[in-house]
Amino acid sequence: MGRLLERLDKVDRRVIYILMAASVIVPLALKLDFPIPIGSGPSMDLYMAIDTLPPGSTVIISFDYDPSTKAELQPMAVALTRHLFGHGVRVIGMAMWPQGASLGQQAMAQAADSLGAEQYEDWVNLGYTVGAGVSLLRMGSSIEAVYPQDRDGVPYDSIPLMRDVRRLGDVDLAISLSAGDPGIHSWVMMAKDTYGVPVGGGCTAVSAPEFYTYLGTGQLVGLLGGLRGAADYETILRERIPGAPGGLATPGMAAQSISHLVIMGFIVIGNVAFIAGRSKRKGGAK
Amino acid sequence: MTMEIVGIWLGALLTLALYSFLYRDNPFYKFTEHLFVGMSAGYWVIYNIYNVLIPNLWDRLVGTGDAAPDMMMIIPAVLGLFMLARLVPKGAGLSRISLAMIVGTGAGLSLVTTFRTNCLSQVEGTIIALTGAGTGQFLSNLILVVGVVCGLVYFFFSKPHRGVIGGAANTGITVLMVAFGASFGYTVMARISLLIGQVQFLLFEWLPTIPIFRGLTG
Amino acid sequence: MRLFVPLFMTFICGMIIILQFFVPHRPFSTLGERLTDWYMIVASAAIFLGAVNLLQVHSARIRFRQKNWQYSPVVIGGFLVMMAAGFGWGVADGRPFDWMFQTMVVPMGATMFSLLAFFVASAAFRAFRSSNWRATLLLVSAFIVMLGRVPIGDVIWRLIPGAAASSHPNLVNEIAEWIMQVPNMAGQRAVMIGASLGVVATSLRMIFGIERSYLGGSD
Repeated sequence: MGRLLERLDKVDRRVIYILMAASVIVPLALKLDFPIPIGSGPSMDLYMAIDTLPPGSTVIISFDYDPSTKAELQPMAVALTRHLFGHGVRVIGMAMWPQGASLGQQAMAQAADSLGAEQYEDWVNLGYTVGAGVSLLRMGSSIEAVYPQDRDGVPYDSIPLMRDVRRLGDVDLAISLSAGDPGIHSWVMMAKDTYGVPVGGGCTAVSAPEFYTYLGTGQLVGLLGGLRGAADYETILRERIPGAPGGLATPGMAAQSISHLVIMGFIVIGNVAFIAGRSKRKGGAK
Repeated sequence: MTMEIVGIWLGALLTLALYSFLYRDNPFYKFTEHLFVGMSAGYWVIYNIYNVLIPNLWDRLVGTGDAAPDMMMIIPAVLGLFMLARLVPKGAGLSRISLAMIVGTGAGLSLVTTFRTNCLSQVEGTIIALTGAGTGQFLSNLILVVGVVCGLVYFFFSKPHRGVIGGAANTGITVLMVAFGASFGYTVMARISLLIGQVQFLLFEWLPTIPIFRGLTG
Repeated sequence: MRLFVPLFMTFICGMIIILQFFVPHRPFSTLGERLTDWYMIVASAAIFLGAVNLLQVHSARIRFRQKNWQYSPVVIGGFLVMMAAGFGWGVADGRPFDWMFQTMVVPMGATMFSLLAFFVASAAFRAFRSSNWRATLLLVSAFIVMLGRVPIGDVIWRLIPGAAASSHPNLVNEIAEWIMQVPNMAGQRAVMIGASLGVVATSLRMIFGIERSYLGGSD
């Protein structure tokens, strides 16, 4: 037993990598499926915040991420835009991360195509802005000052959707899909606390714990945290909206489950080997 | 072969080249890593030109449509050039002026917004009634209030952590440990999610382009 | 005198932004608007600075045959190809710039960061040691959250006889949510309040010229 633990302590890192890869590949290839429980929680709060908006309302989605976190945030972008278009809400896309402008375009165009939403009437992608909180501060007095034209060069005044949306305070809800800074922090500070616009969020799992503070104070109306948050939202949509398509996050939850068990197994084995090694060293010292 | 399939194969080969690092560092990994850096930088510059400089600087300087040229925009244009002066050894002094504008504006904004959002609102959110909502809620609210206060005491280094302050700091670090544990759990979750995304791409988009794996679909 | 102009600039810009929050009328509102318009231009120049610096570093690597110089042309080539595609055909959907972004930059970015899953696994095995009771507490909290945030936690819980029929069939998920909403929120809030006071102090020091390190020295 002692020798086994000693060998475990010196196991090649590539063995760990293979086990890790297998824990993700096998559940995905076998299409394992575990039911996702939906109760009250930040994901449901965000769903309700959107679902209670009257049709014709305007929502800004800020795609504040890049490909490095696409796996977590793109499924949220797709699910949220589908819900918004399906509910008759107009969507203004923008990005405080340059690559978010392209990823947001992909999500919005995909949802708009399947639900028949018209570009410039029902949705628009304003594109990227540099300056984070400073840009949001300026958008409080004039969105056009920050975005004289949309991502594709169409002048602000030529966009029918933007005719009655002149400043940040004119939108009914802002949602930041955030991979870090600039992201939810900037939106809460400027849109919510400065201009009184309700803010919802979607974020990577890494940053979700810190945003619970904003949920507690009501500065965020709801939050999707990581792939689980996206899977929650997809599940709520499927349960509540007949015919809603399956999303990108839900099929990943089985792989997420198994790989969590594997990581926990690594921690336990690593600690057992460590404790056994420590006892042996103490014994040797005596 | 359609452009879509070429794109999928290109993405898959670059993905596999990067994963080859897990075996050991190698030229395929290095090539792809450097390509990523170069292309990302190119993307940033192009978006910056099309989404910021042309509409927010050039169009306003020359005046588009009915709008008259805004000559005041020469000032940020010059400050922007000052920023680039950093690339010339003798131009560092000029770049300080531009940097000062960025730092001053950012500091002014942070001062007000961070204090209001991350300090005052959080303190307000912690001033809550402990009683009136059942035992469970009472305990939760108590842990929240005591946790925040003791956590702050732990970060207060002007007094030695002895006696009452030491006890409070000890309680604070205990609460912080639970919070850091939750953060660790979420971090693990995040990293695995990213892997899941790429494995889904390889399994359900790339492999089905190879005839013998055609049955695999998302 | 060398630092007077930048320090004065920092003070003026900082004060304009602060005052337009407290006096949202002319002249401070218009000054604030002007300043934010300018800020976006100057901040975007910083991106150019970064790009030119990248090219300079890699050109020097090639010129002096530094370590791994063979890969520097790849950086420069990737940069120039994206620039050429952007200038030549624009950034709209389906154009070469967008195609290269979707098929090359996206998978590379996503893969680069997905490597972290393997490193986290390795670190979990080698570095996450339960060496005292507080570290054990951290570990227990992490385990509950890791189980509760994925469906398998409650699948395991419901294997216990009577658990599925109890009033808490999703107990692990509920405990994880409680940890997030109570002890996690308390800890994060303490960190947030502490950090915000640090930001306020640093901002004040910058605006009043006490903190000068960002200008490249304390002189």
